[in-house]
Amino acid sequence: MTKNIELGDEDAIVIIGSGAGGATLANELAQRGVDKIVILEAGKHFTQADFENDEWAMFNKISWLDKRISAGGWHHTKTYPNLPAWIVKAVGGSTVHWSGVALRFQEHDFRTRTTYGKVDGANILDWPITLAELEPYYELAEKKMGVAGTRASGLPPMPESNQTKVVAAGARKIGYNKIIRPVASNSQPYDGRPGCQQIGFCMQGCKVGAKWSTLYTEVPKALDTGRVELRPESMVLQIQHDKAGNVNGVLYADSQGRHVLQKARLVAVAGNSIESPRLLLNSASAMFPNGLANSSGQVGRNYMNHATAAAVAIHKKPVYMNRGFDIGAVVADEVALNTQRGFNGGYYLEGLSLGLPYTAAFMKPGGWGRDVTSALEMYDHMTAIWVCGEDMAREQNGITLHPTEKDQYGLPIPIVSKTYHKNDEAIAAHGLVQFRKLSEAVGATRVIDMPAYPASHNLGTNRMSEHARDGVVDKWGRTHDVRNLYISDGSQFASSSAANPTLTIVALAIRQAEHIAGQLARGAV
Amino acid sequence: MKDQPAQTCTGMRVLPKVVTVTRRGFLRGGAMAIGAAAAGPAALAASNEKHLAQDFPALGAATAQTLLRMARDVFPHDKLADRYYVEAIQPLERAAAKDPQQAGLLHDGVRDLDKAAMKRFGKPYAAVKREPERVSLLKAIEPSPFFQKVRGEMVTSLYDNKAVWPLLGYEGSSWEQGGYINRGFNDIDWL
Repeated sequence: MTKNIELGDEDAIVIIGSGAGGATLANELAQRGVDKIVILEAGKHFTQADFENDEWAMFNKISWLDKRISAGGWHHTKTYPNLPAWIVKAVGGSTVHWSGVALRFQEHDFRTRTTYGKVDGANILDWPITLAELEPYYELAEKKMGVAGTRASGLPPMPESNQTKVVAAGARKIGYNKIIRPVASNSQPYDGRPGCQQIGFCMQGCKVGAKWSTLYTEVPKALDTGRVELRPESMVLQIQHDKAGNVNGVLYADSQGRHVLQKARLVAVAGNSIESPRLLLNSASAMFPNGLANSSGQVGRNYMNHATAAAVAIHKKPVYMNRGFDIGAVVADEVALNTQRGFNGGYYLEGLSLGLPYTAAFMKPGGWGRDVTSALEMYDHMTAIWVCGEDMAREQNGITLHPTEKDQYGLPIPIVSKTYHKNDEAIAAHGLVQFRKLSEAVGATRVIDMPAYPASHNLGTNRMSEHARDGVVDKWGRTHDVRNLYISDGSQFASSSAANPTLTIVALAIRQAEHIAGQLARGAV
Repeated sequence: MKDQPAQTCTGMRVLPKVVTVTRRGFLRGGAMAIGAAAAGPAALAASNEKHLAQDFPALGAATAQTLLRMARDVFPHDKLADRYYVEAIQPLERAAAKDPQQAGLLHDGVRDLDKAAMKRFGKPYAAVKREPERVSLLKAIEPSPFFQKVRGEMVTSLYDNKAVWPLLGYEGSSWEQGGYINRGFNDIDWL
């Protein structure tokens, strides 16, 4: 049931982005009876029929490949100069390619400033909300997404794969015991979708729809209410406002490149942590000369993407990490609050399988010779790990607009600047050492450290704050400066936590929908 | 190469990762795999030149032959026949055909590589017999746009070749076979 909403309809609720934040918000609002919701999605509307079990084919099909520039001290300036981030441009956003790890934040993640104190060279801040406030929404998110092994979903854990068994055995041998696997994929049929067939290729789009993605859950459910219109290939150029400083419309380029103005009563931005601040900066006006909702100067700052590194271990016998759900095991022993290791925050070791084409490309960027090929010939003996650790917010890390260079829409190219804090480096290094020990404990003959991938967890660039001077949005994700403008993605995060962000983005979106529906009902916006 | 039966003696379904020579495969050049390691550069001999001239009209047989030798040295897999490397450097031919600047980069790169080889070893690059000597020549040009172009194209073209995958133990697309739920996702037997 597709709805048509008039461009001039001033009652329209415009949501920008159809990923974890945007599509969840749309569906949750529509289920609560909110009408006239327009979802503007920059990418195309692919379906599962378009998904291939082919890493590069899908990379080229769904990745956000519009030009971006890597800047700052991270290796991406050399290794991935135009691919700082690895996210999706398609209906469903990055939930199409996400690995499915669904972890809750810990209590101290919401109080980093209080917990860690002042950290030199960092700009950390407590959230204006607590874990206790978010817990009921985590429950709802886990149920919605079908997180395997949780009480909320009732689904049994995902069955162990070869990769799970190798990582878990190694972890136990070095004394770890928190070996978990909370993945948002159906360990058995759930919510009208089939059970996981252990296909692998989760990050290439789940062919059977077992892994949760808004593409085939929130989006169709929202459309089925008859209150929502989805407009793919609609790249938002600018959010406009009235004389009072309230937003009243969204200008976008449609699939033909025509500029279209959709009037709006309320706008929610969920374009991921590069595009969302970029849009606010591009929406600067006489009234908002530094960008929309940027009186704090924090729009585009405090960019976090997790303290990460990766590694492969070559075992003495075959493993076939390509077989089965992409996340083997998540080792959670290093994530608890513990400052004895010489750094703030903690990390997860996440067994994350790669296919051969990606292993060749990312194992040793720029590498060649027998050093590389002798490892690749042992692909079938490999396990791979990803270190996902807490990233310290730094004000200078962020998104800025290129002064002259423009993209195909005529918008300034975003510059994504990142220089690791020494805390980030300490976390990544610790994680790599532990993975080496863990792998060698089960007899691995060779462990190869890999640099961080292009960033898939992009966070913090419109952060939540109690006071308007410290951040961009309040505890509901509403911008401090503009009462009918909301942020609904991971750019709200005031700290990164070590947890993969999607579950928290979804929990926040459910909570925000409840709040917005209340505001609309009361006529407050 | 033909489909190979899985080895089941260990209980774990494993790929044999070897080339089996069939008559058809032999005629298509599959036998090169047997000879490649032993014969080395000599394998890139006269009979191949005609094919290279056909396959690389923009670059020409001589440049293609040097690039082929270089390709084998950049990502050396002794078990892989030359034809996989010929395919892996095809993106370079396409770049050269499309863009004179790219053609220039590749021609000049090969010329300079040969010059360096002449200076140090008294023969062109592809004729230098010892692999460490050839590798030392490549090491010296590693930062160059020429080397980066060749390596950068190859890391996707060689490892994105579906015919190469089983030889390196990678099984590729699985959904059409029902995934691995009944095909060994949890069949490890050595832990």
